[in-house]
Amino acid sequence: MQRRTFLKGSLAGTAVAVAVGAGLLTPRAVLAAWPKSAFEAKKIDDALAELFGAADNTPSDKITIKAPDIAENGAVVPVSVNASLDGVDSIAILAAKNAQPLASSFALAGGALPQVSTRIKMGKTSDVIAVVKAGGKVYSARKNVKVTIGGCGG
Amino acid sequence: MASKTIKLRARAKGDTVTVKCLIKHPMETGLRKDKKTGKVIPAHFIQEVVARHNGNAVLTANWGPAVSKNPYLSFAFTGGKPGDTVSISWVDNTGDKDSAEAKIK
Repeated sequence: MQRRTFLKGSLAGTAVAVAVGAGLLTPRAVLAAWPKSAFEAKKIDDALAELFGAADNTPSDKITIKAPDIAENGAVVPVSVNASLDGVDSIAILAAKNAQPLASSFALAGGALPQVSTRIKMGKTSDVIAVVKAGGKVYSARKNVKVTIGGCGG
Repeated sequence: MASKTIKLRARAKGDTVTVKCLIKHPMETGLRKDKKTGKVIPAHFIQEVVARHNGNAVLTANWGPAVSKNPYLSFAFTGGKPGDTVSISWVDNTGDKDSAEAKIK
């Protein structure tokens, strides 16, 4: 009987070891890093405070936002942000009048250049705001995009 | 080697490498209703995307449901040369993930 218990115990032990090895037990830590409170914030200032620690930002003309003046389809609005600032750590894109303004945030590392392009959903005509953190300071720029058909399925 | 959801291309021009990728993903906001059943379609969107150059993370993107369906992403970095490997991997809110690799041309 003791041998059976011992064998059962060792089997269970290896099962856990295999699970850890297969990565089943570890990914939780990675997922928890998603900044939920920033993405669920309903106000721009709250989202920025969650992302950068504070909502203060300085408008800068060194950030260019390329987006259509009028977006035919609010579900797919192409936005390109280019920042000619030094030491850019991160870029965030927000749609001012979306229920949850923060659309995406990019953390740059290594030799990444301060430019990103993506497509976002916009619920209605509003400003697209690009917020860039560079050299410890937070800068921003905005561009108004008119939306003819809202992009959130509403 | 072909990824199920990611189309990836990396081109070098001088010292700069431009990477473009298109990911096939529904990016549901969790706010839409299925027209036939009337039930809300649950949120299903990519939360994190990591881009790596020769194994080192170059860009980490955190996305919310406001990123469009079948998201497009383009970015650039310096220090890459033709033949190097660029990889993109994503994880979504249900735990699904995928990744793709491509050589810089």
